[in-house]
Amino acid sequence: MGKMKEVKEMKKTQSNLVLKEINNTANDVYSSIRKKKAPELKMPLRALSNVKYDPKDGFFELLGKMKERTLTASTIKTFAQTLRMMAHAKNIVESDDITTKREMYYISKNWAEAAFKEQPESDTVMDDMEAMMMVNREQLGFIPEEKGGEVAGKLIVIDKEPDTGKDIRIDCTKFGSGAYSIPISVEHLKFETNAKFILAIETAGMFQRLLKHNYWKKADCILASMGGVPTRACRRFIRRLSDEKKLPVYVFTDGDMYGYANIYRTLKVGSGNAAHINEYFCVPQAKFLGVTPQDIIDYKLPTHPLKDVDIKRGKDALKNDPFIQHHKEWRQALEQMNKMKVRSEQQALAKWGLNYVIEKYLPEKLKNPKTWLP
Amino acid sequence: MADKEMESKEEVPIAIELAKKQREISVASFFEKNRHLLGFDNPRKALLTSIKEAVDNSLDACEEAGTLPEINVEVIEMTENKFRVIVEDNGPGIVKKQIPNIFAKLLYGSKFFKLSQSRGQQGIGISASVLYAQLTTGKPARIISRIGKNYPAHYYELRINTQQNKPEIVKEEEVEWNKEHGTRVELDLEGSYQKGDQSIDQYLKQTAIVNPHVTIIYTNPKAEQIIFPKASEEMPKKPVEIKPHPYGVEIGVLLSMLKLTEARTLQSFLMNEFSRVGSGTAKQICENAAILPNTKPNDVSREMAEKLIEGIKKTKIIAPSVDCISPIGQELLEKGLKKEINAEFYCATTRPCAVYRGNPFVVEAGIAYGGQQNAEESVKVLRYANRVPLLYQQGACAIARSVLNTAWRNYGLSQSKGALPIGPATIVISINSVWVPFTSESKEAIAHYPEMIKEIKLALQECGRKLASYIGKKRRINFESKKRDYIQLFIPHVGEALKELLKLNDNDEKKVEESLAEILEKSRGKLEQVEAENLEYDEEFAKIGKDYGEEEEDGENERGEGNEENPE
Repeated sequence: MGKMKEVKEMKKTQSNLVLKEINNTANDVYSSIRKKKAPELKMPLRALSNVKYDPKDGFFELLGKMKERTLTASTIKTFAQTLRMMAHAKNIVESDDITTKREMYYISKNWAEAAFKEQPESDTVMDDMEAMMMVNREQLGFIPEEKGGEVAGKLIVIDKEPDTGKDIRIDCTKFGSGAYSIPISVEHLKFETNAKFILAIETAGMFQRLLKHNYWKKADCILASMGGVPTRACRRFIRRLSDEKKLPVYVFTDGDMYGYANIYRTLKVGSGNAAHINEYFCVPQAKFLGVTPQDIIDYKLPTHPLKDVDIKRGKDALKNDPFIQHHKEWRQALEQMNKMKVRSEQQALAKWGLNYVIEKYLPEKLKNPKTWLP
Repeated sequence: MADKEMESKEEVPIAIELAKKQREISVASFFEKNRHLLGFDNPRKALLTSIKEAVDNSLDACEEAGTLPEINVEVIEMTENKFRVIVEDNGPGIVKKQIPNIFAKLLYGSKFFKLSQSRGQQGIGISASVLYAQLTTGKPARIISRIGKNYPAHYYELRINTQQNKPEIVKEEEVEWNKEHGTRVELDLEGSYQKGDQSIDQYLKQTAIVNPHVTIIYTNPKAEQIIFPKASEEMPKKPVEIKPHPYGVEIGVLLSMLKLTEARTLQSFLMNEFSRVGSGTAKQICENAAILPNTKPNDVSREMAEKLIEGIKKTKIIAPSVDCISPIGQELLEKGLKKEINAEFYCATTRPCAVYRGNPFVVEAGIAYGGQQNAEESVKVLRYANRVPLLYQQGACAIARSVLNTAWRNYGLSQSKGALPIGPATIVISINSVWVPFTSESKEAIAHYPEMIKEIKLALQECGRKLASYIGKKRRINFESKKRDYIQLFIPHVGEALKELLKLNDNDEKKVEESLAEILEKSRGKLEQVEAENLEYDEEFAKIGKDYGEEEEDGENERGEGNEENPE
């Protein structure tokens, strides 16, 4: 019972901090208006151009560039929407409730002409708001629709029952052909494991194959399916698990620009868009296992020609992504792929037999860190 | 005339036969057959033309005498298609001897031989009306004229002898007349009275617009009296008579001038017979023409005259003096427009004096835009020549052509190729010249002289630019006011959100909204008011000539358009 009280207290303190932040922002706006000065809302600019990468810290850090939303004719609508959403956030934090991103969009329909036309509009205002207060949107009571990712293997997750706060032990080896779903908030989870590493996998298809053949048993590991670009919860889960249990993290994606510059990069150092919270939502210790451009050659994988968007994505990453720019190995890999003009999927390994990935590819790669990318 | 051109057959004597039929044709009988050339094509137009000729003459006479014109116009319906027209002025009157010639001899007048701006030009107009009256009703014209308090008033009944183009006096007597001086013309003629764009009412109204010193008292066939009172006590500047300007003089005219001159040398000929030519310029012309300045004018051959014209073209000569032209003026043009059209924007311009065929002329243009005008229709074009409204043959007129050829899209009106622009606008163009080049004696359309078309276009472009800047400004302001509405829309949301966030009371919320409005207002400045309020607009006045008779409307349009198709 003491523990439960502690958790509640902690949560309350956190809520109070958020409420204070909301209150300060609103008060600033209010006093500006009373002084007949155009109020402004300041927030960090959320873009790759406003982050730096220092491998010592291991994640994208915000530079000082700020975005100011001064109240003018062209900004008044968004200004009003931001304040109205803030008022809603205050209500749900106070009543310890949550609102999904989609629900937020529908709630705005009560605001007559200030309603959001499409959900992306309300998502952007939400992102702005969390950046403005330098908090995670979950702290404001907003939660995403998307799933956090799936986990299977040698891991016991200790969660709490929502109503009683009693511990629940979840054994991730006991999901059979299914898997454990990472919840939206992972801060309260505790872990028990004797696995040797975590393997983060891009596609659900590859995850299924490894599950089917009990790869986690063979390799003594935990499998995590990211399902594309990892969600914040997924990143945070892997980070906490890795930090607390001192487990290395290996990442296994398709051999293409998206796998490298979007999925892996975001998992390891975070994103430009959420730069204000990258510190907690990244896994700096992650290493890239494959599929590298060199793997495509070494394993004679079937390929697809690069599309214009792939080439552009590669060029953009080389030009604008501080992470890629920092690592010579990554620059070379992207340039190599651009020269090869082809990409390859994880599942292309099936060309050499369905179990090839388990029996040959992964063991070989794990044995040979020289073939990894940083 | 066509007889002369008849084919001759192989046998010779036929020419002798034909010669019997060949004789001089009197101008009067020529016009008897070709009355459309004078503007008497149909009964409706004939009625208007007779009034127009009489009024033009009256105005010219009054202005020449320095009297503020006061003109009485009365149209009485005698039978369904017979009308009595009475035009009476307070002008200087006409000396007894001249009355028959002026009213009953074609091509008799004072204006043909001088170069100064006046309404009448050839001396055809009023006598043609007399002729038309005589042809359609057989009744003589009845004239009263008096030249002063101490002189009697003379009454004449006149006919034209069309064979000889000579006046026939039917009756002549001294009468009592309540006017100290002035002239009264009374004609009975066949006509048709209709309202609308090409009506007497419209003509008189448009005359009043550009002649604010004139009072017109008009009694229409329904015995309703309309008074157009004078709006100004000031006479228009009296145009000065001038000699022709060398630029644009044509070979034939030059040759006859050389024959008729009293000058002994070419140099003095140039100096005496042309305006803006001093001794220096005269010598320069001769030098450029490679002709000796002391050549006798009579000795100048056709070839030399051609060289002389080349020489004139090469010589820089100052533009003719503007004295001879009395334009309406930008201000008056604008004022006139304001009185007639309730628009939101007015502009006008007066071009500097230019020359065609040696005749100086001044083009003026004005635009009234927006307001109650129809935005879906073609713009309305009002044409004036020497302050006389032109109501017919718009299609054949250089003015309309120039309007068509101006790129109105640059100025904010829509326009399809070769058509009048579409938009809520009225365009006024006025040509003022010592000699307005009409396409025919009926003086309905202006001939297409390139110099004139160029000037008209320049005037239209000047107005167009002003219009474009107005339309642009209006657009910006509309945009701005939309933006303000937008601001007003969202201010309450900011207020409500803050109220919720900070638990404000209603009063504080209200203060927030007020302050916000103030902040945003301050940063955007005051909203400009562009639409001018038109204090000059006179609704009653604007209505005149516009109330079409219901059943007549169709016929009127048909006839109007028929004219456009056959301009000559």
